[in-house]
Amino acid sequence: MLTAMIAIGALAGLFGLLLGYSAIRFRVDADPIVDQIDALLPQTQCGQCGFAGCRPYAEAIAGGEADINQCPPGGEATIQALADLLGVDPKPLNEEHGEHGEKMVAVIDEQTCIGCTLCIQACPVDAILGAAKQMHTVIADECTGCELCLPPCPVDCITMVPVKRDISQWKWPYPEPDHPEIAEAGK
Amino acid sequence: MVTLLEKPATFPGGLHLPSEKSRSLTEPLTSAAIPARLHVPLGQNIGEPAEAVVKPGDKVLRGQLIARSLGYISAPVHAPTSGTVRDVGDYPVPHPSGLSAPCIVIDSDGEDRAAETGLQMDRVYEADPADIRQRVRDAGIVGLGGAGFPTAVKLNPGPDHIVDLLVINGAECEPYITCDEALMCCRPDDIIEGIRIMRHALRAKQVVIGIEDSMPNAIECLRKELERVGETEIRIVAVPTRYPAGGEKQLIYTLTGEEVPSQGLPIDIGVVCHNVGTAAAVARAIHHGEPLISRVVTVTGAGVARPRNFDVRIGTPIGDLVEQAGGYTPDVARLLMGGPMMGFTLNSDRLPVIKTSNCILAASRAEAPDPPHPQPCIRCARCADVCPASLLPQQLYWYAFARNLEKVQDYNLFDCIECGCCALVCPSHIPLVQYYRFAKTEIWDMEREREKADLARRRHEARLQRLEREKKALEERRARARKALDKKPKAGDADAKKAEIAAALARVKARKKETQAATGQADGGNGDGN
Ligand code: SF4
Ligand code: SF4
Ligand code: SF4
Ligand code: SF4
Repeated sequence: MLTAMIAIGALAGLFGLLLGYSAIRFRVDADPIVDQIDALLPQTQCGQCGFAGCRPYAEAIAGGEADINQCPPGGEATIQALADLLGVDPKPLNEEHGEHGEKMVAVIDEQTCIGCTLCIQACPVDAILGAAKQMHTVIADECTGCELCLPPCPVDCITMVPVKRDISQWKWPYPEPDHPEIAEAGK
Repeated sequence: MVTLLEKPATFPGGLHLPSEKSRSLTEPLTSAAIPARLHVPLGQNIGEPAEAVVKPGDKVLRGQLIARSLGYISAPVHAPTSGTVRDVGDYPVPHPSGLSAPCIVIDSDGEDRAAETGLQMDRVYEADPADIRQRVRDAGIVGLGGAGFPTAVKLNPGPDHIVDLLVINGAECEPYITCDEALMCCRPDDIIEGIRIMRHALRAKQVVIGIEDSMPNAIECLRKELERVGETEIRIVAVPTRYPAGGEKQLIYTLTGEEVPSQGLPIDIGVVCHNVGTAAAVARAIHHGEPLISRVVTVTGAGVARPRNFDVRIGTPIGDLVEQAGGYTPDVARLLMGGPMMGFTLNSDRLPVIKTSNCILAASRAEAPDPPHPQPCIRCARCADVCPASLLPQQLYWYAFARNLEKVQDYNLFDCIECGCCALVCPSHIPLVQYYRFAKTEIWDMEREREKADLARRRHEARLQRLEREKKALEERRARARKALDKKPKAGDADAKKAEIAAALARVKARKKETQAATGQADGGNGDGN
C-alpha cells in the first residue's frame, strides 16, 4: 500500500516536472492573448476605438490600457465575447466612440470621381481599385465599411449604403415569443 | 463494412402520421402544359448559383445550356423549352425568405424544339466513371429528394472510399407527397436504368432500394422491371412506414443498422444514398441526352379540386399547375412548397417550380391551422422521445432561445434534420424548428462574418507591410539619392575638368594645325619663293 502511494506520488512529481519543463521549453513566442482578442474584433479597421486599428486596440486591451467597450462596429456581441475571454463583466458600448449600426459598404459615384487616388491611400484594406485620373471602384466584398475613405474625397462622391443580403445569406428570423414567461420557463 | 440487415432495424423516435397520400394518386401521372412564360432561377441547388450565358433576345432550344455552373458544388441550368430569352434579372423565387433572386425568363415559342446536348453515351457500362460524372454534372442534375445537392459530387466517393452500399431512397415518408411513388409506378424503367448507371459510376458493391411498406404498388412495379431486365443484384426492401423513414440517415440505419456519425456523411461508413427521382434523371441524361429540365411534382391538399402528380418543366408557375389540377377549392387557406412537416409557406402562386420542388400543398384551414399560442416548456421530454436524430430538442430550444450559439452547437444542432416531430408533439406548442432554423442561419452568418474579418485582417496586414516596404524603399532611394548628391559635385568637377582639359587640348590641337598649315604654306611659298 505504502509503496504504491510512494510510487504514485513520485510519478505525479515526475509528470509535474515534465509539464513545467515543457511549458518553459515549448513556450509560444507571440503574445497569445493579443491574438485571441484580435480574433474577436471585427477587423473593420475604422479607428473608432481610438487606436490605429483592431490590433493596436487588442494590444491596448491586453495591456490594460483600454476598456472592452470601445468598438462600435463590434457592438454588444464583441463586448460579450471579450468579456467571456477575459473573465470580466460585460458593459454597454461606450457611446463616446460611436454607435453600433447596420453593416455598410462604400460606393463610389463613378460619374463624379475625378481619380485623385486620395481614397485609395485612406483605405485600410486596399478595397479600392483605380489608378490616377481614372475613376475608382470599391470591391464590395473586401470593403469593411470603415468610412475612412469618406473625408479625403475632395468631391464627396463616396457614399455608404447598407450591405445587400442576397438569398444565400438570408437568416431565419428569431421567433418572437409573444409571451415573456416562455423566457423564464425555458431554463 | 456495412451489410444489409435481414430484418429492418428501428430508428429512434419518429411518428406515425396520417398519410393523406391516396388523394393525389387517383389520377395518373401526366405532363403539365408548357406555360407561355417560364422563370428559371439560377440558384436551384446547394452551393454556388449558376451564371447566365444567354442574354435577352437570344433564341434558345429545349435542353440548351442557359447558365453554366460556377465551381465544384454548383449545377448548370438548361432551357426547359424552346423560345426567346426575355430577361435575365431578379424575380421572386420559391424560398422561405420570399426574396427575389437571379432568374432567366423565357417566352416559349410553343414548338418545344430540342437542342443537341451531346450528353448521350453508348456502352455506358464500359465507360470511365469520371466520364459519367462529367455528363451528370453537365446535365445539371441535383438531388431531387431533398435540398438539391449536385449529384455528380455524390457520385464521386473519392479515391479513399470504397462504396459498399448504394442506397436508393424511395421511402417518401412525408404525408401528402407522392411524386416518387408516382414515378416508381409510371417510370420504373428509367429508375432501374439510372440505378445501374450509378452503381457502375460508384463501383458500388451492393445496391438496395428502400421503399415504405405502404407503397406495395411501387414495390411491385420496380420488382417487375428488375425481372424484365434480368437484374438480380439490386434488392428492394420494404421499410416500415414511420415518419421520417425517408431521412437519409434514418433510411441507412433502417437498412443496415449502422449510424452515420454525427456531422458526418454516409460515405464515412461506405454508403452513398440517392433518391429514385435522381436515378431516373441520370438515365434520361445518359440514354436520351436530356438534361434536368423537368421533374415530377405533387399538387395536393384540400385546397385544390383534383389533386394529382404532374411532370412539370422547371420554371412553370405554380398557379398554372393548380389550374390544371382543377383549380382552388373554396377551402384553400395556405400554399406550401413541400409537405406539411418540412415545407414552407409561399406568398404567391406566381412563383416557379424549381428542381427541388417535390410538392405544392394547397392546404385548407383544417390542414394548416394557425399555430396555437406557445406556452412555457414543461420539460415533459416528449420532444426527445420522438427525435429521430436522438437529440435533446428542449435543450436545443433553450440555447437557441437564449441565442447561445456555442452551447446550441454542443448539443449537435447541425444533426437536426428539421423533421418537425418535436414541434408536432410539443404540448406547449413551441415552434421548436423555427428556433433551430434561426440558430443555424445565425451560426452560418457568424461564420461568414468571421471569414470576412479574417480577410480584412489579412488585407490590412498586407497593406501595413506594403506601406512599410514602400517606406523603406523610399528611404533607401532617398539615401541613395543623397549619397549620389554628395558625390556628384566631385564627379561633376572631375568631369568638367576632364572636359575642360579635353576642350583645351582640342583647342590647342586645332590652333597647332592652323599654324602648321599657315607656316607650311609660308614655308612652301618661301621654298617656292626660294
Ligand atoms: S473600433 Fe473596432 S473595428 Fe474599428 S478599429 Fe477599433 S477595434 Fe477595429
Ligand atoms: S472602401 Fe472606404 S469604407 Fe470600404 S474599407 Fe476602404 S476605406 Fe473603408
Ligand atoms: S415537448 Fe415541448 S414542453 Fe415538452 S420538453 Fe419538449 S419543448 Fe418542453
Ligand atoms: S426537428 Fe430536429 S430536434 Fe426536432 S425531432 Fe426533428 S431532428 Fe429532432
